[in-house]
Amino acid sequence: MRLSNKQVDRIATGVFYFFAFLIIVILGGLIGYILYRGIGHISFDFLTSPPQTFKVGGGIGPQLFNSLFLLVLTMLITVPIGIGAGIYMAEYSRPGKFTDFIRLVVEVLSSFPSIVVGLFGLLVFVNYFDLKFSLLAGALALTVFNLPLMVRITEQGIRGVPREQKEAGLALGLTRWKTITKVMLPVALPTILTGTILAAGRVFGEAAALLFTAGMSSPRLDFTDWNPFSPVSPLNPLRPAETLAVHIWKINSEGIAPDAAQIAAGASTVLIITVLLFNLGSRWLGRYMYRKLTASK
Amino acid sequence: MKATIEPSTRSSEGANPAAPTPGEAVSQPMNVSSNQSTGGKPSGNKPVARKRSRSGNEWFGKTYTMICVSVLIITIFSIVYFVASKGLATFFVNGVSLKEFLTGVKWAPDGEPQTFGALPFITGSFMTSILAACISAPLAFCAAIFMTELMPKFGKTVMQPVIELLAGIPSVVYGFVGLSVIVPFLRSVFPGQGLGIAAGAIVLSIMILPTITTIATDAMSNLPRGLKEGSYALGATRWQTISRSILPAVLPAMLTGVVLGIARAFGEALAVQMVIGNAPHIPNSLFESASTLTSVITLSMGNTIMGTVQNNVLWSLALMLLTMTFVFIFIVRVLERRSLR
Repeated sequence: MRLSNKQVDRIATGVFYFFAFLIIVILGGLIGYILYRGIGHISFDFLTSPPQTFKVGGGIGPQLFNSLFLLVLTMLITVPIGIGAGIYMAEYSRPGKFTDFIRLVVEVLSSFPSIVVGLFGLLVFVNYFDLKFSLLAGALALTVFNLPLMVRITEQGIRGVPREQKEAGLALGLTRWKTITKVMLPVALPTILTGTILAAGRVFGEAAALLFTAGMSSPRLDFTDWNPFSPVSPLNPLRPAETLAVHIWKINSEGIAPDAAQIAAGASTVLIITVLLFNLGSRWLGRYMYRKLTASK
Repeated sequence: MKATIEPSTRSSEGANPAAPTPGEAVSQPMNVSSNQSTGGKPSGNKPVARKRSRSGNEWFGKTYTMICVSVLIITIFSIVYFVASKGLATFFVNGVSLKEFLTGVKWAPDGEPQTFGALPFITGSFMTSILAACISAPLAFCAAIFMTELMPKFGKTVMQPVIELLAGIPSVVYGFVGLSVIVPFLRSVFPGQGLGIAAGAIVLSIMILPTITTIATDAMSNLPRGLKEGSYALGATRWQTISRSILPAVLPAMLTGVVLGIARAFGEALAVQMVIGNAPHIPNSLFESASTLTSVITLSMGNTIMGTVQNNVLWSLALMLLTMTFVFIFIVRVLERRSLR
């Protein structure tokens, strides 16, 4: 029997609907499964207490702190450099060989496997700069990994600024740099900010680049010691630090605590919730700032 | 007239409070008198000093952004230099033969005659990533058609955020879910431990789905309207339109997306390492334990000492990953150039 064109069309449409909903179901299932497995394990105690190697009841306190602190450090390094390079690409670069070359550099840099970036960090930051396994080495490695994204975001934001605004600034006799920083950058801020938050979510979940830079161990931390030069202080950027994502990987591959599976589930839940918050936060902030800055409903 | 009002109000709203002046400047033709009375700042009282600070200011901006760009360039060159110098040491300093490295099937860095055959890892990497792309590409095509042709509104409000969320989930979480859902499932359905290339490919296919979908969707929404409408006007059904005019038109872009997806899958380390089983040989089936370039680097780097041949050979594997990145980018560039023509 030969199907008529109409029937074929109907079948194809059904197939498209099926796969589209399958993708939604996969995501729903993925998040639902992690929350279902892990949410029962999350408690204040779990979030604040240190991990145990052999006993039941270990927490993820230091790892959570390390992840957040590393995020802040990375962003402190990435944002100024990324915005600077993005401004160059959007405003100062002239079309030509050199600009094409930088564009290629950004593209290549963003597609390097994160494990390679981690190895580079191991060789240069950890060994040559003698930073040892430390938060700072980890932050530098993550900067390499994050910089191309930041450059693209900034360039996009700056290019999105209406031409009239730039020209008005220049017409008033402002220098190009003044026009960029005082007129264009504030207008581009919503785009840049939402992009930055998304990038931050990526940094928060990154593990492969950190295995050999920030290390896989966390020393005993004294949360009452806030002197950044003390070796047990949580704020010391030169101490080794295992982040949450690395911790999940480690207990999955070599965890020997009897409740390793639950801890992995709980930690994954915390990670997912944080990433979701970053994602929703950037969406909300983008919409809020757009409304605020353009006076549209 | 309206056209001049709108940008002016917008710009003064937008640039406030940092720069109230541009708005006034644009609205100047509208109300000259009020502008003169309120907006004019006394200016130009010290021409020489201002000139110097002007050029200094501009110089600062140019230098600063140039420095930022040079950081990028220095970074990429030092990555290539350091990884290459370490990775090539295996062949030039330790005297491992390149032919044995690329074609040997036995990996025994601590064995009595040391053998460094990396072929099992190379095949493992290619098989997982290509298989992942084979699963992911049709799904991505369906999702893109769904978002652009079938239900654009639902696509934009539900599908798009779902895809973006998939892209944001950390790879260790994918690995964890793979280990606790996909591996047990494969174990119960197929013979073997469940760990292996199949499990790796399934996990990777979900991870690269957003990459391919985004590129396919962009390509479809950029198609000229006439293409689709012409097809419908000839009496074609939706499926005929999709399969005979949309699919050929977006095929180059789809291919670019697939290559980018493979590139991402090729470099992914932890999620794959967790589900692939890490046995250093070429598996006989998709459900048997295997290894990839990334998984063996992840596992062995911490257990070898810098400078030894066992360590250098891992850098050679990393150099291979790096080279493949360049190859993938080259392919993407060629594809893009062809689709432009």
